[in-house]
Amino acid sequence: MAEEGKIDPMSQFAIEPIVGGFELFGQQISFTNSALWMFVVLGLIYVFMIGGMKRELVPGRWQIMVEGVVGFVDNIIATSISGPAGKKYTPWVFTLFMFILFANLLGMMPLGIIPGIHPFTVTSQFTVTGILAVISFSIVLIVGFWKHKLKFFSLFIPHGTPLPMIPLIFMVELLSFMVRPFSLALRLFVAMIAGHILIKVFANFVIQAIDAGGASILVAILSIVFIAFVSALELLVCAIQAYVFALLTSLYINDAENLH
Amino acid sequence: MPQIAQLMEVYGSQFFWLLIVIGIIYFFIAKNMVPKISKTVDDRQKRITDDLAAAQAAQDRAEQIEEDYRTSINDAKSNAVSKVNEAKAEAAKKNEAAVKRADTSIAKKADEADTALKAATATALTEIEAVAAEAAKDIVATVSGTKVTAAQAKKAVKAAF
Repeated sequence: MAEEGKIDPMSQFAIEPIVGGFELFGQQISFTNSALWMFVVLGLIYVFMIGGMKRELVPGRWQIMVEGVVGFVDNIIATSISGPAGKKYTPWVFTLFMFILFANLLGMMPLGIIPGIHPFTVTSQFTVTGILAVISFSIVLIVGFWKHKLKFFSLFIPHGTPLPMIPLIFMVELLSFMVRPFSLALRLFVAMIAGHILIKVFANFVIQAIDAGGASILVAILSIVFIAFVSALELLVCAIQAYVFALLTSLYINDAENLH
Repeated sequence: MPQIAQLMEVYGSQFFWLLIVIGIIYFFIAKNMVPKISKTVDDRQKRITDDLAAAQAAQDRAEQIEEDYRTSINDAKSNAVSKVNEAKAEAAKKNEAAVKRADTSIAKKADEADTALKAATATALTEIEAVAAEAAKDIVATVSGTKVTAAQAKKAVKAAF
């Protein structure tokens, strides 16, 4: 990481193979640090959920947390997708919410202070956020065309559009519809990468200021305070981004289920 | 930016492992565990609702019992009052009848006594008349020597009365 006494704020996003794997469709599949952290996320989600599986009549603290998260996702679905059809999308929205939330929070944990561990934020890779967004968008397309056939295109014509305006409005709406997977993927990716870079840059300031010595120690202190604030803000952003991704996915699915 | 620089060499493994992890979360956790947790919550909610309904029903029944009790007490009270009143009325009636009966018998006795008295008076009067007439006849005979018939004497005595 350190190169001539400097921290490269981007190196935390580098993917390194741990075990060289096999070849699939002409692409080398290796078990990388990214894959490792994905499985750590999976393990954490599993441990978290197991704590809520006691299914006691009077729940303990852990069970209340798990039931709270499940109720939260149920609530997103209930308020976003009108009609009873929303229930069948609960697993996917739950998967999205939990994976993004745990990946975001795990990336913010100060695990880097343990020697040998290099924390990796899975959701700071647009290959990951992209796949999630593409799956969500595919669900919207498949459900929309399956349920409404070609009538699905009426989604792009808002009610009460004057007749001469229809072609123009249609193109605009279609464009904004097609942009959805990109905005979905990039929003999460950018939010994650920005916070992590910001923290690393200011960490770099701290080291350089201490190296310089003298009055610049003040800069180091200011930078540490700033890092603390940004970290707190980032923890909030972690939860908000997971919520936004799940909420927008349910809203898009609502479009496909109910058109307008 | 490693995300772009490494894109071509890592996208395969990224997609592969992400799909596996997402698939495990989807099929084993979201599809399997989440409904159970939801069911636990629903069951608890249902239990609470049921218990509340049972408590409400029990309270309603208790209130009903209390009301029944109160009405039966009230009924018994009013019953007793009416019985007492009835008994009082009956007693009063009996009393009145007895008094009336006594009154009539007393009146009858008084009447009888009265008539008996009157009859006795009349008898006495006639007896007195007879005695007086006799006496008058005797007196007349003694005093004047004239003989007076009993009838004349009687007439005179009657006139004198």
